[in-house]
Amino acid sequence: MLELIDTYWLYFLVGQYPDGPLGGLVLTILLSGAALVLAMPLGLMLGIARVSRRRAVSLPVGAFVQLVRAVPLLLVLFWVYFFLPAVTGVKTSQAATMLIVLVVFDSVYLAEIVAAGIRALPKGQLESARSLGLGYGQALRHVVLPQTLRHGLPSIVNQLVSTIKATSLGYIIGLSEVSFIATQINTLVFTRSVEVYLILALTYFLLCFGLSRLAFLLERRLQRRPVAVH
Amino acid sequence: MIVLDNVDKYYGDYHALVGITERVEKNEVLVVCGPSGSGKSTLIRTLNRLEDIDGGHIAIDGRDIHAKGFDVNALRAGIGFVFQQFNLFPHLTALENCMLAPVQLKRASKADAREQAMLLLDQVGLAHKADAYPDALSGGQQQRVAIARALAMRPSIMLFDEPTSALDPEMVGEVLQVMRTLAKQGMTMVCVTHEMGFARDVADRIWFMAEGKILEKGAPGDFFANPQHPRAIQFLADRNRN
Amino acid sequence: MALFDPTILQSGEYHDWLVQGLILSIQLTVISFAFALPFGALVAVMRTSTSRLLRAVGTTLVESIRNVPLLAHLLFWYFAFPELLPEGLREILYANNPEMVCAVIALTLYSGVHMAEDIRSGIRAVPATQLEAARSLGLGRAAAVRLVLLPQALRASVPPLLSQTVNLWKDTSVATVIGAAEMMYQAARVETASFRSLEAFTFATLAYLTVSLLISAVAYLFQRRYPVRAAA
Repeated sequence: MLELIDTYWLYFLVGQYPDGPLGGLVLTILLSGAALVLAMPLGLMLGIARVSRRRAVSLPVGAFVQLVRAVPLLLVLFWVYFFLPAVTGVKTSQAATMLIVLVVFDSVYLAEIVAAGIRALPKGQLESARSLGLGYGQALRHVVLPQTLRHGLPSIVNQLVSTIKATSLGYIIGLSEVSFIATQINTLVFTRSVEVYLILALTYFLLCFGLSRLAFLLERRLQRRPVAVH
Repeated sequence: MIVLDNVDKYYGDYHALVGITERVEKNEVLVVCGPSGSGKSTLIRTLNRLEDIDGGHIAIDGRDIHAKGFDVNALRAGIGFVFQQFNLFPHLTALENCMLAPVQLKRASKADAREQAMLLLDQVGLAHKADAYPDALSGGQQQRVAIARALAMRPSIMLFDEPTSALDPEMVGEVLQVMRTLAKQGMTMVCVTHEMGFARDVADRIWFMAEGKILEKGAPGDFFANPQHPRAIQFLADRNRN
Repeated sequence: MALFDPTILQSGEYHDWLVQGLILSIQLTVISFAFALPFGALVAVMRTSTSRLLRAVGTTLVESIRNVPLLAHLLFWYFAFPELLPEGLREILYANNPEMVCAVIALTLYSGVHMAEDIRSGIRAVPATQLEAARSLGLGRAAAVRLVLLPQALRASVPPLLSQTVNLWKDTSVATVIGAAEMMYQAARVETASFRSLEAFTFATLAYLTVSLLISAVAYLFQRRYPVRAAA
């Protein structure tokens, strides 16, 4: 196994870069991080809209969220990769396609996290902010959201873990993320499938388990310093 | 200053406020008491429109607060509200809690807001805790910061919704002391409270409520010595026994 | 070429492909569910056991399966696992629809550990005092678990389990990577053969939506009919 790692570690890590586009583990991590960061503002807006008292706002957003959550990510990936070019005439790269789809999915799941956090905040927080004369938007910005996001941090980290796992689907449209590279290596070496795929699994495990533990520790820290005190 | 005209409120079928018609004068300290479920909290919360009403009118400083186009935020900026559960913002220090509204509502520059906040924290005896977060403060301290926070907006009316009910007995005194001082300074106050000692010493008038109606009102001396309404008599008797 | 030609969805070769894909997707879901649920229940019981060893095994299973994406699981079971089998078994596997078999194994394990977590949270939702009360009546541990703990735990677990079932249904789409001829595979096949991506993907979208929303509706009705009544 060691010579396997020794020979292919760079390929596994960055794909064909610099002789080709970036790939491998680094691509997986960068795509996931970028998707989550880009999805945050959108997720925030959708989450606030979800809890809006105006039905004209909360219902369509609710329907959109339900819709996105009812279909497989792979299907949306196919839509964007195969169908969109036929309509717009613009062919997006695999990486760009993956990023777009990840941002859409992440913003929907982040919206749920934000909405749940806002609903969980004691009513008194919003009331006292409004009682001081702050408008709804100001109250959200200065009182509700800072607390919601702090509470939601473990969930957001877990969403990052989900995103990392979701990037693996790029394999199916030929994106050179880490699972694709592993299969390329497997094809080259051919006789060491078990080792190749165990290394792939271990890589994901270390990355995802590590992040999950971080989320767990964050949650523990938040519980020790109870944020909304009565 | 505050005029209630035939105010009605329903929660579903339950008649929470029944035709309340009263006045609160400037500089007056009014205490509202009564058994739980009597509508005291509901009443006080209608004054800054935390609750809306189903009938009648409420006018503050001569203006109907439910008029079309009425600026609710401006109303609330002019009225301080102190909650039973303090409701301090846990992610901000005591000082920041007091500075938030004046700065965001453009009532003061950051520097002026800071100065004013420090002054108020000093008045409630907590200048040394200005940089503390709420979770480092006792209940009594948090409530005093909450009062300072409400005062930072320089309101003309202060509303207190059972401000000491969530406090351990030994901390009730420090909060009541702040409220006494405020009263002495001439603030118009409406307090929902069970603290009869405070009512006796500080209130100009007392309203006794039960089942959504004001059943008895009068000066504290009269109310405590000579209650008229049977419910009031019952209420005071229960209080004395406990 | 018309913009949207629904006729290809109603009959003909492409229609047959898509329907076969749908049937296979449903089969994958049902079979994997049938294995995943007992597996999940077993792992959940292990994780809540009083034995440190069992708890450790349960946790290892959950964490090692959960932190690896389904796609990587599928790749492992299809490409690597057969290498580990003795010659004879390998031949049997290859002769009997290996794509389906490996897909079911991967989906069972992946879904199973998520179900285990849902059942575990259901078990934890039942206050410890319930078991104490049952034991105080003289019930043995097994009987107490069976008659008092599990019924309450399962009732609390049903909503997240139904949610997990929707996830399983959606996850069958990933089996396309190892060549299982489920709906996504067939939709892509139709697209390649006819360039009719709109019709093929619309079919798949409607199919996924319908089943997902159906399962969610069942979850909603269940929660209405059997609300979790917390022990007073």
